[in-house]
Amino acid sequence: MKIAAVMPAFNEEKVIGQVLLKLKSHVDQIIVVDDGSRDRTSQIAKDHGAIVYRHPINRGLGGALGTGIKAALLNGADVIITVDADGQHDPEEISAMIKPILDGQADVAIGSRFLIKQSMPLFRRTGIPFFNLVAFILFGIRSTDSLSGMRAFSKKAAQSLKIRASGMEASLEILKESRALGLKMKEVPIKAIYTEYSTSKGLKFLPGLKFLIKVFASKLIN
Amino acid sequence: MFFIQILIVAFAVLVISRIVLSFKNGKIAIKGMLMWLGLWIALLIVVLSPQITGFLAKILGVWRGTDAVVYLSIVLIFYLIFRIFVKLEKIDSDLTTIARKIALRGENNHEIK
Repeated sequence: MKIAAVMPAFNEEKVIGQVLLKLKSHVDQIIVVDDGSRDRTSQIAKDHGAIVYRHPINRGLGGALGTGIKAALLNGADVIITVDADGQHDPEEISAMIKPILDGQADVAIGSRFLIKQSMPLFRRTGIPFFNLVAFILFGIRSTDSLSGMRAFSKKAAQSLKIRASGMEASLEILKESRALGLKMKEVPIKAIYTEYSTSKGLKFLPGLKFLIKVFASKLIN
Repeated sequence: MFFIQILIVAFAVLVISRIVLSFKNGKIAIKGMLMWLGLWIALLIVVLSPQITGFLAKILGVWRGTDAVVYLSIVLIFYLIFRIFVKLEKIDSDLTTIARKIALRGENNHEIK
């Protein structure tokens, strides 16, 4: 069983080295998709033993995830786990994330930050449930953490999922598609490590608004 | 003829000439040219004989011709925005496909040696 971590990264030179160091021992292979960074993200990721794929221009989360998952499959991964590059996820939790996949209980596991009580910046604490509600109303998706960046996929799930959205909408698209494809889904409780850095990198108000408009528009088109 | 009519006609003629020119220079396709020409010629007709809009208003069941024109324009503008949005989404997704192909081929990895 080859476990591959897929990490989308955009201008993460400050932290990606440390994040990769901690991650290394928990997976067999790390695939970093440098999403058109203008800093040394690619170089640092390479130095830390990751296989780096580099987008010539920035395409957003969905674009990077799609490339990473495809690359992982090309490299022979059996289980794929997506991890944020900002250090928000604890690599210790990878084993819990992939367990339902290895046991055959699920094809897709989503790490949820809302299944255990923990402190979280106010904007996230209120913003994410709001997006969960939007996801439920628009697509009928029931999720306690619809925007979570930590997800595990079986090979079968990774092969059948097609991510079309290029931005953050991809998070919702993955849930929507998984359900449409009849993949078994499971939520796994995870901690979220909020440092000043990871908070500054995450969801903010204006991009959140843009994201919301895009989600509504995509509902209109599809 | 009112001053506003002269103004709009002059502007429409200018736009129509630009549309034909763009087509000649190969900047827009024949489909695009016909669509835009149709729109601006319709505008010319409405401006030159506003009584037509009264007929339009009757069909739509609104009181005044100008109201009918405003309503129809808004519908048309929304439709055009929607078309542009769909097109942009398509271009966005095409760009991702290209970026992904380049990334997986590793063609631009020389930058990071």
